[in-house]
Amino acid sequence: MFARRRFAVLKNLLEYAGLEPGRLHFSWISSAEAEKFQKTASRVIEEVRKLGPAKFVIKDLRKVA
Amino acid sequence: MEPEKAAEKIRQAAKKLLEEKKVDVVVGYAKGTVPMRDRPYFANTPEECANLTWSSFCCNNLASLLIGRKGKIGIVAQGCVSRNLAGLIQENQFKREDLYIIGVVSPGMVDRRKVQARFSGKVITEVAEDGEDLVVKGRGFEERVPKKEVKRDNCYTCMHRNPVIFDEMIGEKETDSFGGELDKVAAPWEKLTADERYREFKDTLKDCIRCYACRDACPLCYCHVCFVDETQPQWCGKTQDEADVETFHLLRAFHCAGRCTDCGACESACPQGIKMRRLTTKIEKDIRQMYGYEPGMNPEATPPMSVYRPNDPQDFIL
Repeated sequence: MFARRRFAVLKNLLEYAGLEPGRLHFSWISSAEAEKFQKTASRVIEEVRKLGPAKFVIKDLRKVA
Repeated sequence: MEPEKAAEKIRQAAKKLLEEKKVDVVVGYAKGTVPMRDRPYFANTPEECANLTWSSFCCNNLASLLIGRKGKIGIVAQGCVSRNLAGLIQENQFKREDLYIIGVVSPGMVDRRKVQARFSGKVITEVAEDGEDLVVKGRGFEERVPKKEVKRDNCYTCMHRNPVIFDEMIGEKETDSFGGELDKVAAPWEKLTADERYREFKDTLKDCIRCYACRDACPLCYCHVCFVDETQPQWCGKTQDEADVETFHLLRAFHCAGRCTDCGACESACPQGIKMRRLTTKIEKDIRQMYGYEPGMNPEATPPMSVYRPNDPQDFIL
């Protein structure tokens, strides 16, 4: 519940700075909810795949000494 | 009240406090060695109080200097500094009874870069205040600049010029705001698309040299070891690569969530003129709108990030 506030602020900040909506996901899943975990993971993968490779804050190690 | 008159009253009040041994030190501002850069000053004896000043060039946030100090401290506080003092009391950094706050109404501080921009290529050797104007002098020129045209961005939209907590007030309280509307200028990229926002974000930070002046000037940054200085684990790369710079600024802003009073010390301290308030005002606005909280208004309040309500917004959760 504390985390909910922090995540709300963090998500807004990252998306405000240019992270595409749909890249960052949050969910409540208990250790007893195997099916929910499976469904949520699949949904996240599907949505992130649609967006393609990440563009936001990418570090290219070849350019950094 | 004219800054000159307020300065004289601050000197008298500070002198009295030290003579009566009510405090061990008075933290205030003194004239800087270059124009428009008044600096923090610690007056330890009644004689040293003669160096204290008050002007439209007091851009540092004095609250940041009290961290870790022992004993009774007198401090000169305008609206934002008093709010940061309240915030630090809230976070158990010092006790209210160890402070003697000399409250003073903020005249709205001047952004020295805006003044310098009007005298491109010229060296300003002296800047004095005269009523509503600044008198800017240099070799071969002397011009008047209206103060209200060259204030810091955050001072235009300040909502609390009067100190929130104080033991003694210098002069009378005045209007709390200058009439600027914070919601109109806060979070300037909100209406853009994700790509445009990222471009603006990169563009804002492109000149950062990772000197951490923004962090050091900030009254909220008092960790013994900052996350950027840690090496095991290394949370954030130490290069000037744009990803490292962006990570630093995102995290720095996030660490101020629910605590930032928009005092503008970070932007004033930055040697590169980076507008990091474009990030912090977004968080400040979110906290205000989602949790109805304004930082630093009450030392007794619970910080918004360490509490929750069952009906907090959660439409972002899958």
